[in-house]
Parts: sequence; C-alpha cells; structure tokens
Amino acid sequence: MADPMKIRAQMKGDVAEVRILMGHAMETGQRKDAAGKTIPAHFIQSMTVEVGGKKVIDGQIGTSVSRNPVFGFKVKGAKVGDKVVVSWVDNKGDKRTDEAAVA
Amino acid sequence: MEMNVTRRTVLRGAGSLGALSALIMAGVLKPTAAYAAEWNKAAFEAKDTAGALKGLGAATTADSNDLMLKVPDIAENGAVVPVDVVSKIPNTSSIAILVEKNPQPLCAQFDFANGAVADVSARLKMGQTSLVKAIAKADGKFYTAQKEVKVTVGGCGG
Repeated sequence: MADPMKIRAQMKGDVAEVRILMGHAMETGQRKDAAGKTIPAHFIQSMTVEVGGKKVIDGQIGTSVSRNPVFGFKVKGAKVGDKVVVSWVDNKGDKRTDEAAVA
Repeated sequence: MEMNVTRRTVLRGAGSLGALSALIMAGVLKPTAAYAAEWNKAAFEAKDTAGALKGLGAATTADSNDLMLKVPDIAENGAVVPVDVVSKIPNTSSIAILVEKNPQPLCAQFDFANGAVADVSARLKMGQTSLVKAIAKADGKFYTAQKEVKVTVGGCGG
C-alpha cells in the first residue's frame, strides 16, 4: 500500500486552493539499475479530485511527472468544511484514496 | 476516431457525473475499470510531440496569449521542475502539459468540471533543455503556449 497523500485545501476568497502531495516512485521505465537492467515503469496513470461530493478534476498522468508528484488546483463554489477526496490509480493497479476538508 | 477516444466521448456524452455513478452503482462499471480504461495510451506513449498532440485529438492548435505558462528559465534539477498553467480562455475544459524533448513528451492532462478553475500546478521531470508546452481545450478548439526551460547538468547553476 502506498503512503498516504498529503492534501491541503484552503479557501482564498471564493476559490478553494487544493494542494496534493502523492507519495509515489513514478519510475519511468527508462532508467537502468546498477546491473544494467531496465527498471520497469511504475507510475500513476489516473487521478480524480472530488470536492463536496462532485468530481472537479479528472486527470491523466504520464511518466514525465516528477517523483512524489505535487499538484495544485483551484475550485470555485467550494465552502469551508467541504470534503475533498483524492484518488489515484497507477499502471500496476495500485490505488489510493485520501480525504481532507476545506479549511 | 480511436476506440478510447470514442469511449471518453461516450462517457462525456452521458453527461453528468450522476449518470456515470449510476452506472458504477449498477455494477456495470467498476470504478477502477472506469479510470484505467480511460488512460490515453496513444497520447502518453507517443515518442514525439506531434504524436502526443494527435493522441489528444489536437491536430490543429492556435497560439494564445490568454494561456499562461509559468516555468523557471533555468532548472537546476531536471527531476523536479515546477510548472503553473492558467487559462483565461472562456470555457476551458481541459489542460495538457508536454515537455517536447522528453522520451514521452505528454506529462499530464486534466479535465475540469463543477467549478474547477483552469489553473493547475505540477512538477515535471525534464531530461534536457526543452520547450515546455501547455495545451488548453476550449469549446472544442485547442490553444497552445510554450516556453523554453534550460536544464543545467550537475546542479551548479551554470
């Protein structure tokens, strides 16, 4: 099981700023280990963000995203206390869902 | 039109998230299956920018000053390059980010719904100095902005 995400969601005026840190190796499949063997690709492919029960972001990700990906999104119409649910799925089928509340 | 593009359109066409969740609840679609099948393999595994754009369905693009791409001029560490993309183009429904000279240029694509602002930040990997490209989709048209990021080797800031 992958590490929990860090999710922070904060109202700035009428917009909620959501920042997400995912713990993931994001292996590209291009690197080789010390023995010269290619390290297989292992990376997050899909992610979604829900705020207040509604899907706001539907994202697809490739291998060019950094290790331990950080994303920032802005959502209008959210309010303090709204539940923020973030999920991801990687190319090996591992997945993780974490929650936070808009502050 | 390619299969998975068609499928996305169908899901989109089903319209509301409600329709999709109804399907999920009815057990027709498992959530993970819905996610995994949507991954745009053709676009993400393309080896060059043209191929990635084709995979996204963005055969023709127009430059736009309303699409803002914020990247550092020089990245000392190509493993973590911060990028911000903001689209002021009305009805922007999706933003994609590409690094032209990466082995697989397409980094990420985000679709917005239910109040999400067309404003995303992410961190990219860059193998070498390259143009970074943002693609915004609005009302079925594609717009681009691009900027070069110099990646220094050795992290000395030279």
